[in-house]
Amino acid sequence: MIQRYLPHYPSQLWPWAASSMAVEIDRIFVMWCIVLMFLVVPVFVFMTYCAVKYRAGRPADRSQRESRNMTIEMSWMIAPFLISLVFFFWAGDIYLRQQNPPPNAMVITALGRQWMWKFQHPDGPSEINDLHVPAGRPVRIDIRSQDVVHSLYIPALRQQEEAVPGRTTSMWFKADTPGAYRLFCSEFCGADHALMAGTLYVLSPADYQKWLKTAGGGQSIASTGKRLFEAYGCSGCHGPSGTVRAPDLAGLYGRVVPLQDGSTVVANDAYIHDSIMQPKRQIAAGYKPIMPSFAGAMSESDVTALVAYIKSLRHGREQSP
Amino acid sequence: MSDAALRDPRIPAPVIDRPEDYLHVEQTLSSWFFTTDHKRIGILYLVSITGFFVIGAIAAGIVRLALVVPDGSILSNEVYNRMFTLHGVIMVWFFLVPSIPNTLGNFLLPLMIGAKDLAFPKINLLSWYVFVTASLFTLFVLLWGGVDTGWTFYTPLSTQYANGYVIAAVLGIIVVGYSSILTGLNFIVTVHKMRAPGMTWFRMPLFVWSLYATSLILVLATPVLTIALVLVFVDRAFGLGVFNPEQGGDPVLFQHLFWFYSHPVVYVMVLPGMGVMSELVTAYAYKKIFGYKFIAFSSLAIAVIGFFVWGHHMFYNGITQYSALTFSLMSFIVAVPSAIKVYNWAATIHKGQIRLDTPMLYAMGWIGLFVIGGVTGLMLASTALDGHVHDTYFVVAHFHYIMVGATVVAFLGGIHYWWPKMTGRLYSEPWGRVSALLMFIGFNMTFFPQYILGYMGMPRRYAVYPESYQVLNVLSSAGATILAAAYLFPMIYLVWSLWYGEKAGDNPWHAKGLEWTTTSPPPKHNFRKMPIVDFDPYDYSNEPPEE
Repeated sequence: MIQRYLPHYPSQLWPWAASSMAVEIDRIFVMWCIVLMFLVVPVFVFMTYCAVKYRAGRPADRSQRESRNMTIEMSWMIAPFLISLVFFFWAGDIYLRQQNPPPNAMVITALGRQWMWKFQHPDGPSEINDLHVPAGRPVRIDIRSQDVVHSLYIPALRQQEEAVPGRTTSMWFKADTPGAYRLFCSEFCGADHALMAGTLYVLSPADYQKWLKTAGGGQSIASTGKRLFEAYGCSGCHGPSGTVRAPDLAGLYGRVVPLQDGSTVVANDAYIHDSIMQPKRQIAAGYKPIMPSFAGAMSESDVTALVAYIKSLRHGREQSP
Repeated sequence: MSDAALRDPRIPAPVIDRPEDYLHVEQTLSSWFFTTDHKRIGILYLVSITGFFVIGAIAAGIVRLALVVPDGSILSNEVYNRMFTLHGVIMVWFFLVPSIPNTLGNFLLPLMIGAKDLAFPKINLLSWYVFVTASLFTLFVLLWGGVDTGWTFYTPLSTQYANGYVIAAVLGIIVVGYSSILTGLNFIVTVHKMRAPGMTWFRMPLFVWSLYATSLILVLATPVLTIALVLVFVDRAFGLGVFNPEQGGDPVLFQHLFWFYSHPVVYVMVLPGMGVMSELVTAYAYKKIFGYKFIAFSSLAIAVIGFFVWGHHMFYNGITQYSALTFSLMSFIVAVPSAIKVYNWAATIHKGQIRLDTPMLYAMGWIGLFVIGGVTGLMLASTALDGHVHDTYFVVAHFHYIMVGATVVAFLGGIHYWWPKMTGRLYSEPWGRVSALLMFIGFNMTFFPQYILGYMGMPRRYAVYPESYQVLNVLSSAGATILAAAYLFPMIYLVWSLWYGEKAGDNPWHAKGLEWTTTSPPPKHNFRKMPIVDFDPYDYSNEPPEE
């Protein structure tokens, strides 16, 4: 099946575009190059003209030489700036769309570590360095790092986003053209930085379903999280038979949580993640800061599974998977 | 026409009426190493940064050699990483930052404003000793211990994960920073306090304005680098955890601190180059500069606005949308003063008496390379486009167009222009023109393919890369050999001219400016009597210079 997805490795002088946003970014780039020509070529032509016409010793009309002219100064100060501002707004518009993923996007978790990418699909399978996504569907990738700063870079989508330890960043895209594309780490991350690369497979929705089955879909990440919830002893306090007064996690995801310092926070992925790794940072109002930090004791992929489990806890604990 | 050029070579020069020049007044080794003469210290700096440039260039050559093959079979990944770190650290801190200010600036600033020396001659010498000691120490660390973090020292790679002597290298760079601060302070005080009678602010050459703006950046930005690197040091040595999220720290804080210094420092590299350009263009167009005040104030504007653009290095690390867009807008604004300068130089050439001598060839090449480097910088400042080309070879090409295309080319142009003043000798003009041309060709052949590589999606700092990128990489490496020749030729014929070059005379280019009114080389205290300035800068008359 995968053979049909021949690698779109560029052999010409233009990279493949796998999404409509990539095409839009190409358009900005081409437009910029044209403007560059308009800004540069007249200067060069003018300089060459002067160098020839006013070569020392050549007779030429050198009368009425100026050394100041306010009108000219203001015009070449303002005109190029206004022209370039078009690109600020144009690129900024695309940037804002990139920063705001649609709510119905499928969420894949990416974990960078020296020197590999681990991708975790919502429906179970995880993969190393390669990433399979369905075409035509918005995909959001939540990116974390286990060690140093990495950056997930997919040239065919014209997008990258850094993986920063201690934070969750995200990028989203809707790939339209099925195919195989390169995927890199673009932020220098140590000795084998150049080997932290893989392939993005954009599959037709039918092929994606087939791939999910062969890749071991079904073993849901949330069920792994449930097992870990017991194993790490979380259920000792947060579980129904907890002996210590700790916040109930059912229905937590997406809720507004009041904090001890009077502020509030929306319980999203990043909040849950940080509450496990750095529980002293944001204390839920009415509870004592007694939870130990799991930083260093828990791998990032375990935290991801736990977050997935906590997200799955709707009201009434029994609905969990 | 000065009488020196007309003199029959068989008749010895009449030296009786001239004071001994600064080069010959004392000849002992200690008279060099304990000198407080700004001209000699400028020469000391010139020799030392040339040495560092050669080492940095060799490292670049090794990197380019390794990239001829895609599979990394020439260098191991580890050695490759150490090599580009070596290249970056040496070129940025031990060559580019001190390049024009500490050599040409040191030599010319007092001459141009009619002073006997800088305000603090001993501090000037101290600055050189601090520079040489710390940079040699860092070089030793980089060569024998090895550091593989890149010149950016991103945390937590540098604080927790990298092997090698990060702590020692960071200490060396911290100390080198003090030499920048000392020189910056010295320049600022000199410009304020040491100007000759009649040398008002708007009679100062534009090179002095650019050095003044540069010094402001050095004094204000360098301490922030010191802070950032001290924190790296304590994080790594004592596990303080400022940049470690597991201890409540934040690696992004380092990026903010680092780029708060490292973006303004780009202007430290390019502003003095712009100052040199203003001198070259006027001298070889033999015409008063167009828009003096606009160029002067644009230097200050660059220095000030340059402090508010650092976030454009960080669009895709999770900073908020608002800050990304703000930094993007600021980066568009900081381009305006640079554009003003370029257009004013082009207008200066109009109706001039243009001589296409070596320095002018460098100057015209400079304008071309700088404009390309500058506009590609705006492309990088365009948020969404940056998402594609950030951390690729596009960035590498962009900043080499600025740092080599602008800084190194201006440095070479300036060295050629003031060589007769510094040494009293003329270099070979044909060799000079050939080298300037080679520089332009070799440079473009090396770095233009990297723009394409970047847009094709090749990330930077890759020891191993996909085969489809090989052709352009080979082209780039081939260009680097031409570039190497363009660096090597001037080193040979300039040194050769010290002994065999024609005597230059006081003002071989018929240029204006106080530095050309004294002898070549200048006497120890620059001027035989205190100059009184009663003329405007770049006071070129309509008469063509006699050839």
